[in-house]
Amino acid sequence: MFFLATAAGNGLTTFFGHSFIRYGLLAGTFIALACGLVGYFLVLRAQVFTSDALGHVAYTGALAALAFGLDPGVGLFAATVLVALGLAALGSRSRPDDVVIGSVFAWILGLGVFFLTIYTTSRSTGNGSASVNYLFGSIFGLSATQSVLAAIVCGVVSLAVVLIARPLLFASVDEAVAAARGVPVRILGIAFLVLVGVTAAQAAPAVGALLLLGLMAAPGGAAQRLTTRPFVGLAISGAIAVASMWIGVVLSYLVPSMPPSFAVLAVATCSYVAAALVARARRETVPAAQDQPIGRGLRRWVGEALSSSSPTIR
Amino acid sequence: MSALAATTTGWSWNPASDVSQLFTYPFMVNALLAGTIVAVTAAVVGWFMVLRRQTFAGHTLAVIAFPGAAGATLIGVAASLGYFAFAVGGALIVAAVPGSGTSRRGFTEESAVIGTLQAFALAAGFLFVALYKGFLNGVNALLFGTFLGITTAQVWTLFVVGIAALAVLGLIGRPLLFATVDPDVAAARGVRVRLLSVVFLVVLGVAVAEASQITGSLLVFALLVMPAATAQRFTVRPVLGLALSVLIALIVTWLGLVVSYYSPYPMGFYLTSFAFGLYLVSFVVRYVLDRRRRLPPVTLSARIAT
Repeated sequence: MFFLATAAGNGLTTFFGHSFIRYGLLAGTFIALACGLVGYFLVLRAQVFTSDALGHVAYTGALAALAFGLDPGVGLFAATVLVALGLAALGSRSRPDDVVIGSVFAWILGLGVFFLTIYTTSRSTGNGSASVNYLFGSIFGLSATQSVLAAIVCGVVSLAVVLIARPLLFASVDEAVAAARGVPVRILGIAFLVLVGVTAAQAAPAVGALLLLGLMAAPGGAAQRLTTRPFVGLAISGAIAVASMWIGVVLSYLVPSMPPSFAVLAVATCSYVAAALVARARRETVPAAQDQPIGRGLRRWVGEALSSSSPTIR
Repeated sequence: MSALAATTTGWSWNPASDVSQLFTYPFMVNALLAGTIVAVTAAVVGWFMVLRRQTFAGHTLAVIAFPGAAGATLIGVAASLGYFAFAVGGALIVAAVPGSGTSRRGFTEESAVIGTLQAFALAAGFLFVALYKGFLNGVNALLFGTFLGITTAQVWTLFVVGIAALAVLGLIGRPLLFATVDPDVAAARGVRVRLLSVVFLVVLGVAVAEASQITGSLLVFALLVMPAATAQRFTVRPVLGLALSVLIALIVTWLGLVVSYYSPYPMGFYLTSFAFGLYLVSFVVRYVLDRRRRLPPVTLSARIAT
């Protein structure tokens, strides 16, 4: 027993002894938290496709910055936030049409390959693995400054999401009523997309421009299967994302041939499947809940919020 | 850009000899043949996909094809086999998701499932790539496409599969249109809406797998969405729209192949840029036409319903 404990202790000491593990976990924890919180609203607002597009933009932004010899972090940030604002401006009610999103991001990815070619052919410092690193992420490749910056930015994003959670929930569940009650629906929609853009910019180098969608959609979707209570759901979504990150990092440390991004995504996907199974089992034991749509609990919550906050209307 | 282009094989200022020079290279002939087949299939299937609002599903099927290709390379099988197997398998999974049969929008559960599936598929593809050492350049080819090294056998496969996909679509075209525009009325009239949507998703998977071999998994949209979206801005008549969609896809593909042959930049960039340029032009033309006629905007579904 004592032997096992010391062995585990030694394992942990060597695990945390690697600086790349410490940096990766520091950045990864906050990135996952931001992805989970933002993802809950993405699923609720049916904007998963938008975050997919922003992930692709992150790739082109990073490659463009590399091609012009700038810091890729700057390119990531500028590109995702600008496109988030553009998508918000394009769509009616800040929710652009999916054909428009699809067309824009196919072209943006085309631009990404263009910048990749410039970067690899015209700059002597160019290396071919940069493309793969930004597409699929390399969380163990983050530098100390990168990881501290990512932790701070994603911490601020998480805080901002929690701060606007109440009006954003209201606007997401019943936009017309929220607008009539004086909630700034449009500004909230734009602010939310900018938060998604910032999260995408920070998540792209760590989990990959193509994979960050999974870290947003899977915890958000799982949380909505498990509960209809909004703030509980938000907390569950964040917790699943952070847990996926930690378990994924440990798994890829134990199995060196497994890329950390794959391990994180695999855990997140498993949690979604598990949540779906739990929801199905619960539906079988409680037949009354069988035809309860996801949004109904939230609508009830909005109704309560309405009646408690101002009894003068209705 | 021009300085770079000048260092490689450029135009000889004689278009006739330039074009005939293109056809002397077997790989270029194969690329043009494959591009033509893929453009026609993708444009027709894409027209239905845009009408059915299933662009996200289409993108996901393309992405699911990537681990197929990477996995096939890992175990030493032809990449096209992996593309087809995974895209069709993915189509069946998406079809099994509740709510995917209707073209209703904003279904939260469906988008979460599709998004998760997509990211996991890409991650699995990355795992296969990581397990297969020394495959780093292949990743970019699988994701962003390459027209080099398309064999004659591949062209034949594309041709047979493309014809089969178009034949199935030709058989179900009319009821599918009905089921897309008004699923409730179609169901009441005895059209098997659910079955049609499953068959269409499989056809979409096949078309996506075809297009992936030319454009790569990530740029399939250039051929699948943009020509169809452009065509639907111009005409609300199905036959005319399909023809226009095919025409745009062909022009974009041929231009993309020829220009990228003479330039150091990848074909995917030209393909997406030309298609996106035409898409933008369609907005301007539509706006001018509507201003001149002073017509209220007509949606395609409204036109077909009448």
